[in-house]
Amino acid sequence: MAQPLIKKDDDRDDEADYSPFLGIEKGAVLQEARVFNDPQLDPRRCSQVITKSLYLLNQGETFTKVEATEVFFAVTKLFQSRDLGLRRMVYLMIKELSPSADEVIIVTSSLMKDMNSKTDMYRANAIRVLCRITDGTLLTQIERYLKQAIVDKNPVVASAALVSGIHLLQTNPEIVKRWSNEVQEAVQSRAALVQFHALALLHQIRQNDRLAVSKLVTSLTKGTVRSPLAQCLLIRYTSQVMRESNPNTATGERPFFDYLESCLRHKAEMVIFEAARAITELSDVHTRELTPAITVLQLFLSSSKPVLRFAAVRTLNKVAMTHPMAVTNCNIDMESLISDQNRSIATLAITTLLKTGNESSVDRLMKQITNFMSDIADEFKIVVVEAIRSLCLKFPLKYRSLMNFLSNILREEGGFEYKKAIVDSIVILIRDIPDAKESGLFHLCEFIEDCEFTYLSTQILHFLGNEGPKTSDPSKYIRYIYNRVILENATVRASAVSTLAKFGALVDSLKPRIYVLLRRCLFDCDDEVRDRATLYLNMLVGDGSVVETGKDVKDFLFGSLNIPLINLETSLKNYEPSEEAFNIDSVPKEVKSQPLAEKKAPGKKQSALGAPPTAPTSSSDAYERILSAIPEFSTFGHLFKSSAPVELTEAETEYAVNVVKHIYDGHVVFQYNCTNTIPEQLLEDVMVVVDATEAEDFSETASKPLKSLPYDSPGQTFVAFEKPEGAILGKFSNVLKFNVKEVDPSTGEAEEDSVEDEYQLEDLEVVAADYVLRVGVSNFRNAWEGMGPDCERVDEYGLGVRESLAEAVSAVINILGMQPCEGTEVVPNNSRSHTCLLSGVFIGNVKVLVRLSFGIDGPKQVAMKLAVRSEDQAVSDAIHEIVSSG
Amino acid sequence: MVEGSCPFIKNILLLDSEGKRVAVKYYSDDWPTLNAKLAFEKSVFTKTQKTNARTEAEISMFENNIVVYKFIQDLHFFVTGGDNENELILATVLQGFYDAVALLLRGNVDKREALENLDLILLCLDEIVDGGMVLETDANVIAGKVASHSVDSAAPLSEQTISQALATAREHLTRSLLR
Repeated sequence: MAQPLIKKDDDRDDEADYSPFLGIEKGAVLQEARVFNDPQLDPRRCSQVITKSLYLLNQGETFTKVEATEVFFAVTKLFQSRDLGLRRMVYLMIKELSPSADEVIIVTSSLMKDMNSKTDMYRANAIRVLCRITDGTLLTQIERYLKQAIVDKNPVVASAALVSGIHLLQTNPEIVKRWSNEVQEAVQSRAALVQFHALALLHQIRQNDRLAVSKLVTSLTKGTVRSPLAQCLLIRYTSQVMRESNPNTATGERPFFDYLESCLRHKAEMVIFEAARAITELSDVHTRELTPAITVLQLFLSSSKPVLRFAAVRTLNKVAMTHPMAVTNCNIDMESLISDQNRSIATLAITTLLKTGNESSVDRLMKQITNFMSDIADEFKIVVVEAIRSLCLKFPLKYRSLMNFLSNILREEGGFEYKKAIVDSIVILIRDIPDAKESGLFHLCEFIEDCEFTYLSTQILHFLGNEGPKTSDPSKYIRYIYNRVILENATVRASAVSTLAKFGALVDSLKPRIYVLLRRCLFDCDDEVRDRATLYLNMLVGDGSVVETGKDVKDFLFGSLNIPLINLETSLKNYEPSEEAFNIDSVPKEVKSQPLAEKKAPGKKQSALGAPPTAPTSSSDAYERILSAIPEFSTFGHLFKSSAPVELTEAETEYAVNVVKHIYDGHVVFQYNCTNTIPEQLLEDVMVVVDATEAEDFSETASKPLKSLPYDSPGQTFVAFEKPEGAILGKFSNVLKFNVKEVDPSTGEAEEDSVEDEYQLEDLEVVAADYVLRVGVSNFRNAWEGMGPDCERVDEYGLGVRESLAEAVSAVINILGMQPCEGTEVVPNNSRSHTCLLSGVFIGNVKVLVRLSFGIDGPKQVAMKLAVRSEDQAVSDAIHEIVSSG
Repeated sequence: MVEGSCPFIKNILLLDSEGKRVAVKYYSDDWPTLNAKLAFEKSVFTKTQKTNARTEAEISMFENNIVVYKFIQDLHFFVTGGDNENELILATVLQGFYDAVALLLRGNVDKREALENLDLILLCLDEIVDGGMVLETDANVIAGKVASHSVDSAAPLSEQTISQALATAREHLTRSLLR
């Protein structure tokens, strides 16, 4: 059998896989490198050997330190040859070997000779090589030549020096900064690329000097910049200057805007696009300013080049997030892109349309998407599903058609990730839109009738057990659940049994029927299913008769296991069978320092195709579990809210710390997430000392230090405060205290003795928004009417001069920390007045609804009428206090 | 290093029709190990394999990077930049590379020819991007710098073949003199 297979391989090698490098080996090539030492150099042969070594390195082969040194020394011999081609390969090889400091000295003189050669090609390349491998001390020696090279009349030499300068600025800024006169001269060069490189370097030299950058931009935008690349740079710098300067408040004119607009008429597409993108990214961009940029992007949409279409649709997609109205003009072009060959373009077009669509166009859009969905890959489908989910949350009244769409695609073919995205979306819609609950649960039931993914089936059954019993007619779900018991694999059967028990426990009228069904499960062939059935039967039935469900049972069925599973697993493994029964209380509840789910890299941008941020997941559940597992905090009661992490350190400092504020009725717990970014250190007994002198109502009750904090493995330390009930505010200053031990990075072992040290963190405030949960309502008007005017309070406020209405609206939303409803957080352009609807839950579980009416007049004075309705007059007053003090 | 304010190229890849390396060059630390690099190449290759990028350059996104690509015969050209990069700048670099290779291989652009002239391809990469900075985008200038080894980089290639011939002649002469 093996014989013909090998033969076939050989055949293929002969035909297609011919390669001049076939079968070459590192050892043999290193042998061959000896020709470099020949007294009579053969340039051709030497070039070939270098090419072979470069090929090996390029394929991922590595040279050991000794081998690299050997090759390096051999290569230096080749400077004797005057062959131009060979010299180029020598340069390449030296860069690739990145020699160490003592080796660099060997080639320095040869390279310096080349730097002053009459041949421009030598000069340019020698500069690049030398700057790549050099260090600070050597740089001072060659500085004079580099300054000359920058203003060399040969553009290749000038560019080489400038680009090297850009790299050297990272390591030796003080030296490169001395070249700015020469660089400035090079900016005026007639050679396009020299101008580009000079501009890039000049800006980097001056980037911390705002005035200088502003001057640079002012002079260049008036003059002529030849190269399109340099023009792109100038556009970037210009928009940077525009961001930092304030527009003329009286007329709303911005400096430099005319320049950006003129770039829209440039002949290079690269520049047109850069300018259009810069305009769309201006802060608080006005519709009047957007229009010309949108127009050129619209032209790009029908270009024959995929790259142009992609660039345009991606930019419009971003614009649609903030200014959906401005993009609607492109909708027709956008709709034709749904059938684009390039699926990235098609998906971006669809998600843009979903964002710009208004309530009335939803149905038509859905029809188009249905055709589109059948022929794209799963990963794009997921992006579309997420866009539809956020559309549905924006227009809750349209839930019917959107939910239908989701259930339809749920029935079609698809992989696990895709199906999971759909199921997650339906679950979120059920949670956030009460009206959608019954139909959503019904769709999920249909889905598990024919679902090939065990994981999804069990998730849905679990969700059904929690939500199903609370619906108007729980009995109709029983059939679907029991079908699982008959038809599925053991895992799903076991989970269905648990779901049945939950229905039995909560719905008394169903209890006798559930009892019968569970009895049948006693004869299942899987022991887990039988065990569960036996357990639940005993819980539901006392003394042979059907009884009221006790509190213990409900706790058991619906409560969460407040022990980390990993700890339970180790405890169970260590348990030795004996007379003494396993005691679950003996399991440690402490969470081992492990990265938390929310600890995402701060700079990490969200999904590339402009997917909307995923709806809030139940990370608060995770927090609650962690906190209640700590004995000191377990008595605080129900966790009301956990804030988003607030950074207490600048990015890229030695220790990164952020804090999550956990609010309870009578307590506040600060969870400090610390990361040690120094490999040479081990921190021990890490704690945060909090000074609460500016927060009189708070008194510290407990502090939980972190035993050890190794490099790059985040850990948490906690501090708890007692406070009176209600929304109490305060400001806290923090100092991180710890013992440092030196660690040898090569062995990872810490030294014995430690040094006490501390690290100042930024201040932290508990603000009113921390006491308000963002909870949406599906139909604001109904909720508002239902609440009634009993505890209503209305007042008017002047907000002073604001940049725009939209800015004022988002500022107020942020201060209140409430959930905008029905898409009212988006302010249409040019409108003079706006009404925004917010809902939330105030601490103490009081529902609050807010109706904000804004008006703006000529000189941008914004006035606001705030109407609050809640179940408690004191809470309505508290909301007004937030605004009047904020 | 200079990401953000200045166009930055993260890598340039030249793969064959099975996704194997012909020549690659990485300028960013996003893929620190060989395995990370190979994994990126594999995913980019498999996801673009079926697209038609032969007449116009195509574009896609991977792991928050923009990749522009173009295929000819059994060679696949890729240029990668960050997700904030101007797509058209990346496309210009790709086109420069693609055209320069076509000039250097005198129109016979396929894997075999590329491997036989690997030194030219490597020099070509070296002349296009230096440490992530765009060095040159004009294919004629790039090919000129690589092929001629001579001073006058702006001269068209047809003239350069003559100067190249002169260079080889000079080389022969010096060799016979040294003997």
